[in-house]
Amino acid sequence: MSIAFTVNDTARKVDAPETATLLEVLRNHLGLMGTRYGCGLEQCGCCMVLVDGQTTYACTREVGTVAGRAVTTIEGLGTVESPHPLQQAFLDEQAGQCGYCLSGILISAKALLDRTPNPSRAEVIAALDNHLCRCGAHQRIIRAVERAAATLRAGRPA
Amino acid sequence: MNAPTLPTSLVENPRLDRWIRFQPDRTVRIATGKVEIGQGVVTAIGQIAADELDLPLDKVAVLSGDTTAGPDELYTSSSLSIEVSGSSVRLVCAEVRAKALDRAALRLNCSPADLTVVDGAFHQNGAPTGQDYWSVAAEIDLTQNVTGSAPVKPVSAYKIVGRSTPRRDLPAKVSGAAYVHDHHPADLLHARTLRQPSRGAVLAKLDEAAIRRAAARHSGSGELQIVREANFVAFVSPVESVAHAAAVAAAQHATWENAKRIAPEEQEAAWLKGRPSDDRRLGAPEATTPPKRLVQVTVSRPYVAHASMAPSCAVAEVHDGHLTVHSHGQGMHLLRKNIAAAVKLPVESITARHLHGAGCYGHNGADDAALDAALIALKLPGKAIRLQWRREEEFGFEPVGPAMLVTLHVDLDDRGRPADWTTEIWSATHVQRPGSNSGFLLATEAFAEPPPELVPNDPTEARGGGGTRNAVPIYDVPAHRILHHLVLRPPVRTSALRGLGALPNVYAIETMLDELAARAGEDPLAYRLSILSEPRGRRLLEIVAERANWKARGPAGTGKGLGLAVARYKNRAAYAAVVAEVTVQETVTVDRVWCAADAGLVINPDGARNQLEGGIIQAISWTLKEQVKLGEHGIVSLDWDSYPILRFSEVPEIHAELVDGAGNPSLGVGECSVGPTAAAVGNAVAHALGVRLHDMPLTRERIMAALLKS
Repeated sequence: MSIAFTVNDTARKVDAPETATLLEVLRNHLGLMGTRYGCGLEQCGCCMVLVDGQTTYACTREVGTVAGRAVTTIEGLGTVESPHPLQQAFLDEQAGQCGYCLSGILISAKALLDRTPNPSRAEVIAALDNHLCRCGAHQRIIRAVERAAATLRAGRPA
Repeated sequence: MNAPTLPTSLVENPRLDRWIRFQPDRTVRIATGKVEIGQGVVTAIGQIAADELDLPLDKVAVLSGDTTAGPDELYTSSSLSIEVSGSSVRLVCAEVRAKALDRAALRLNCSPADLTVVDGAFHQNGAPTGQDYWSVAAEIDLTQNVTGSAPVKPVSAYKIVGRSTPRRDLPAKVSGAAYVHDHHPADLLHARTLRQPSRGAVLAKLDEAAIRRAAARHSGSGELQIVREANFVAFVSPVESVAHAAAVAAAQHATWENAKRIAPEEQEAAWLKGRPSDDRRLGAPEATTPPKRLVQVTVSRPYVAHASMAPSCAVAEVHDGHLTVHSHGQGMHLLRKNIAAAVKLPVESITARHLHGAGCYGHNGADDAALDAALIALKLPGKAIRLQWRREEEFGFEPVGPAMLVTLHVDLDDRGRPADWTTEIWSATHVQRPGSNSGFLLATEAFAEPPPELVPNDPTEARGGGGTRNAVPIYDVPAHRILHHLVLRPPVRTSALRGLGALPNVYAIETMLDELAARAGEDPLAYRLSILSEPRGRRLLEIVAERANWKARGPAGTGKGLGLAVARYKNRAAYAAVVAEVTVQETVTVDRVWCAADAGLVINPDGARNQLEGGIIQAISWTLKEQVKLGEHGIVSLDWDSYPILRFSEVPEIHAELVDGAGNPSLGVGECSVGPTAAAVGNAVAHALGVRLHDMPLTRERIMAALLKS
């Protein structure tokens, strides 16, 4: 069945069962590989995307429930050539080792900064606490989110 | 003059063209057999080459883990990549630079010594000559063997080495596709497996119709193929969720006979004592006089998981009889040989290429998944098979870090210093990597004729040992011996996990040191310094104690604790000293960690600090939280709820510092912070509580039990 929704500001239509996971549709129908499978159980955060601005585990979300909604994936933030300030901050802080957890973390960070432009450290930690990182890049990641928040605030009209 | 001693990688791969190639786009391609596992090795190798060749970083491409074009450097393991591959690349680049200058000098009718290299161009008297690497490249015979005779640059001449350099691989990883999991060639089929529960288990019945019904119910339409070879079963579909649902359902519709049974007590390290083992003594002979002032300490660590963020994955395809495998394993040449042996193909018929995966921290399921994919691809030629393990499969079937039990027997002299020290270790093997005469690719055990069982062995002392890794204290001990009990039949497959035996051994040594200091009525730092003549370790202890304001350390038993530890990884790689500050209520919170490390010449300081920090967090997670749980038929901690790891809200503030390497050669840094961190946390918890926990993980239950007993 055909399901229409917006992905990274582009209208898309996919032919998939309504019960297919959003993760499978993003990766295997739309070729957006930045949303990653980690556990399929909403436990690790590797698959985090935004649906209408809300953080959502793509591994369990049925695609039928996002019809007509707006989905944002890591590819919607920026590219290697033109990174989003969050992606740039992660590179500036070298906030990652293997990097597998990062796209989900960047999505949660985006949601945080969209609603809280000047988060406290405790707010950053709370926003990321549903994400696991096995390499131990946590402190760099926290600093990167704070750096991006400062960059975004500086770039925002007063 | 004697020939220079070459690094093992150059002895095994002497031809220059295995390492270096001048490319038409005016770049140089360096090849390494070591692979990127999030530790930054590809970036560091590029730095070494750029400096030695006088090229800007962006003119150096690095090819990593490719059996067609790159050198065989065995596994990416043991913190040896910079020491071995880095020094090989440096020698190769120095030699090729000298050859290029010789050719240019002939053309220019001058001496090579008259020429300098500026961003790859050859200058004479400060002016360009029109010659560069690429203009003379065709005249340099790279089929020659390296001699190691060209002088390498002095450290003082480095411009790129020693400077923090951003990782090459990170931009793609924060932007989209970057991993083998994302490699989707044409004609792709997704695959999942049903795993044999244990070696020797026989699949007596598989209800394929029920599996097909279940897969269809879960995921709608989608062709499903079931590939079977004896006790190895795979489910293959163009629709990933169909393959996945079939494998999940298969567990309910498979009847296994002869599956191994595990008794509950086998889960704990204490079970190891008294089991059949290979026993040996290393170091000093048995003491001839009875001990006078014997102090004994026993510590343990349970089975722990690599717990990679991504389940293992591989993509394999067969075209015209040639098998190509893309894998995130740690050694592509060995993987090729191991797959060749398993599927009975000549190695020339197989290409193995590395693509990124999630961090592995040792031998996880990566290699096994590669054989799984290859087996399916050989049955379905022309199709690309993307095989991914399920999350529960990764937790359930990856090799785990072995449980260890360590007892120290230390006899003191009349000043309360160690006079005679015995370290007794019980552990299963720490390395069952395929191809090192110690292990197999997992699926081969499911074949009709599995390979014969191997007698477990452990890495030799020359390779840093396994269970014995870091068993020798860094301190001045007149007589030290190791009694090593290599336990032969652990309940689960065990293999290399970051640091091997270093974590439990350093934990034991540093527990003992705190115990001895307390008996002597001395401060733990002062006591250590009184028996530590090793200057580099001493210096680190002094630095880290200063940073952590050790002298302000309060009394024991207040709920706040400060602990310290020091070790040199493998007794031959990088040194690290750590102070941990903890708060203990019902559980342990690590508030702050200070680490000082000496890794000699550091190629990429920020990258090395990143490794120190990662090792610190991983070690805290192991020490406080992690234990693989076993049930009747194997591992039952199969998700992140039953196998929790340290979270963002639990990580400490970290101050990791690399001290000046003082002109010393590079020492592997990736694993050096792990042992001292665990030990510093253990000592800090003991300081906070006033009683000591000897068994990891330091859980709420163990804290309560220790407090009740005290």
